[in-house]
Amino acid sequence: MIINHPILGPRDAQEFTYLGDASLIDRPDWQAEDAADQFHDYLYLRDNPAGEHRELWFHEQGDRSWLVVTRNTVTHEILTVELARDVARARGRSK
Amino acid sequence: MRYSGLKVIKEALTGHKGWRPAWRDPEPKKSYDVVIIGGGGHGLATAYYLAKNHGVTNVAVIEKGWIGGGNVGRNTTIIRSNYLLDGNEPFYELSLKLWEGLEQDFNYNAMVSQRGILNLVHTDAQRDAARRRGNAMILNGSDAELLDAEGVRAMYPFLNFNDARFPIKGGLLHRRGGTVRHDAVAWGYARGADLRGVDIIQNCEVTGFRIENGKCLGVETSKGFIGANKVASCVAGSSSRVMEKAGMRLPIESHVLQAFVSEGLKPVLDGVVTFGAGHFYVSQSDKGGLVFGGDLDMYNSYAQRGNLPVVEDVMEGGMALMPMLGRVRMLRSWGGIMDMSMDGSPFIDKTHIDGLYFNGGWCYGGFKATPASGWCYAHLLATDTPHKVAAAYRLDRFRRGCMIDEKGQGAQPNLH
Ligand SMILES: Cc1cc2nc3c(=O)[nH]c(=O)nc-3n(C[C@H](O)[C@H](O)[C@H](O)COP(=O)(O)OP(=O)(O)OC[C@H]3O[C@@H](n4cnc5c(N)ncnc54)[C@H](O)[C@@H]3O)c2cc1C
Repeated sequence: MIINHPILGPRDAQEFTYLGDASLIDRPDWQAEDAADQFHDYLYLRDNPAGEHRELWFHEQGDRSWLVVTRNTVTHEILTVELARDVARARGRSK
Repeated sequence: MRYSGLKVIKEALTGHKGWRPAWRDPEPKKSYDVVIIGGGGHGLATAYYLAKNHGVTNVAVIEKGWIGGGNVGRNTTIIRSNYLLDGNEPFYELSLKLWEGLEQDFNYNAMVSQRGILNLVHTDAQRDAARRRGNAMILNGSDAELLDAEGVRAMYPFLNFNDARFPIKGGLLHRRGGTVRHDAVAWGYARGADLRGVDIIQNCEVTGFRIENGKCLGVETSKGFIGANKVASCVAGSSSRVMEKAGMRLPIESHVLQAFVSEGLKPVLDGVVTFGAGHFYVSQSDKGGLVFGGDLDMYNSYAQRGNLPVVEDVMEGGMALMPMLGRVRMLRSWGGIMDMSMDGSPFIDKTHIDGLYFNGGWCYGGFKATPASGWCYAHLLATDTPHKVAAAYRLDRFRRGCMIDEKGQGAQPNLH
């Protein structure tokens, strides 16, 4: 698979390591009343769709950036690639 | 019809005209006591033990394709009872004991072959870990022997003992482990269940559940609605997709695992060898092909095929361990989709929906579990209490902090 890095251009997926569902960006508030429940769902439960899936890839053997890759889990086709930083900022996170 | 040596000779002399289909092909009834979704090894074993151990015979196994076409027919056929943790080892030991009597029990030749499994060690730390594991196995009634390098050399002189990075320093030998003809496991259980009245319904996909007031009343299928007092999901790598239809999110991701077979060779390898440090394991099939595999492809996938980087990685591991492999041609490779659970261990449990049960999360070790999985799932379905060796396989174990993390990798499915 070729991942089209937004800054570096097309790179072989072998340069990356995979973390999992991009929902891991949305870490729950540890001070919330129901923080234990929220962290249980965040850490352990997954949608695991057959089809389009947003996921986190780390460019370990490259510029060490984190990317959000939207990929089809049935065909392995890669649809979009974004910097995880941009995705987090767009959701109001400061870094 | 019972199979026996005498029957084989009689058929050979009379032109093989007396063989009959091993199971019926019935249309689904309106409703059943138990509907099992998924005609893989686990689903069929569950039906078999429901009928045999508990006398529950008004049962249907519903399979979207053909029975045995899923992971039970795609795995590398290794069975073993060499786990470490209390939640696991007694379960896998029950499974191995059931394998040992399986063929007599269901009167079908599954070619259970206890040819021994050798896990290689390459460092002092690995030897300590192997010794600890071996002791845990023995304490749970399994068998284990720690070999030094000379002991390994006496068994398999062709291994690469002088690898610069991973010199072989010994191995943990589990003599009762081995291989089984995987297709025959599905067929044998199917026949045994069918003989006791279970309906095996192929080419019928479960497309949804009928759930009213928190109670599951049956399943919607491509052949219409089928009612059931109890519905038992058992669909291996499709767990998330099927249980999503009941509104459940699971602690599971789906990943692809590849396997490979070489051209047929004369007998060279009489047992199973695993090279954990290099991610490679190998055995020789009865037809002569070397059967081997390695790591997952590492990312979520529902494609029943792998990608080339892992092919390369597995071949490198193979060459590092058995340099003679360089002369061998590869015949074919394939991939199977498996549930990878958040701690690498399985689930056999009731769900929060009345009448809906779940069996899944077997990761890449579920074939060896087939008899015990069926045995314990049938126990749960018939008695509504967990079997004592499967009591740790609850869906809420993460919430309770009772993970069964054999590898100590945490909540990282692709690392288990
Ligand atoms: C390459 C590979 C190598 C492996 N090697 C080993 C090994 O050496 N040792 C070991 O112990 N384990 C091994 N495993 C793991 C093992 O094969 C599985 O964990 C185990 O077989 C899963 O249980 P099963 O046999 O019931 O699954 P399956 O045979 O996959 O059965 C599930 C069935 O459910 C059906 N189904 C799915 N959705 C629906 C639906 N909506 N309606 C109706 N039916 C449905 C499927 O068609 C399928 O037939 C390996 C797996 C792979 C992929």
